[in-house]
Amino acid sequence: MDDINQLLGGSNVPDVLFYVFATLTLLCGLLVIVNPFSRNPVTSAMFLVLTIISMSGLFLLLHAFFLAAVQIIVYAGAVLVLFVFVIMLLDLKEEERRKINFFGLIGGLIAVGGIASAMVKSLASVKATADEQNLLNQGDTISLGHLLFTSYALPFEIISVLLLVAMIGVILLSKKKLE
Amino acid sequence: MHAGLHHYLFVSFMLFSLGLLGVILRRNLLVIYMSLELMLNAANLALVSFSRFNDQLDGQILVFFIITVAAAEVAVGLALIVALFRKRRSAHVEDLTSLKL
Repeated sequence: MDDINQLLGGSNVPDVLFYVFATLTLLCGLLVIVNPFSRNPVTSAMFLVLTIISMSGLFLLLHAFFLAAVQIIVYAGAVLVLFVFVIMLLDLKEEERRKINFFGLIGGLIAVGGIASAMVKSLASVKATADEQNLLNQGDTISLGHLLFTSYALPFEIISVLLLVAMIGVILLSKKKLE
Repeated sequence: MHAGLHHYLFVSFMLFSLGLLGVILRRNLLVIYMSLELMLNAANLALVSFSRFNDQLDGQILVFFIITVAAAEVAVGLALIVALFRKRRSAHVEDLTSLKL
């Protein structure tokens, strides 16, 4: 951990890494939704994996070490395997090109552009309260675990019930005959 | 240029817009679902960067919970898509119009 801190602490290495990871994240995210070469859902899933891995790089730069690991294990490891498995199960063929709904396209672009510009405008009123040079909190496993089992013990228990409910729901939904 | 809170938030906003664009433009249920994941991840990135630059760990705890809920949500959603595909033989939103008058 000290090595990582040393690497992230000095010089402008983290800034360069930020731009690398940010570019990768946005580029792969774009390729998930519009890929000029292939409209196969498997390609989208693979680019989603790349997006998530580069985003966990961003988490590392933000000193959220535990979350970076969880991000890779849960998203790239479990969620994406589930996606690929379902794609395989459904045996989806290459999506044929249908007529693009121009009204939908224009409306969607306008809506998304409006939301994006509103969010970027709101950046002006955001400011960081902490001094970046001497931050106390690190997102390592020990401090996160301590917080999770003291102040956030009740949500932690509730989330386990949620996982149980999801599991029962999935088993019920994937039965051959719904009754 | 030093990468501060604003840079991270900008990346998060752009990623969220990309996800929203995917939900609106794509017609394949599974790809729409992946775009939803992108939007969730954008929210996670914003939370982690707020947590970092305000020196509080609570944001990271929230991200931990969001990842858990997202995993449960993906499992249920994909089970729904599979059940739907069994009945209708299609994962294309324009084929699912039985509620249309």
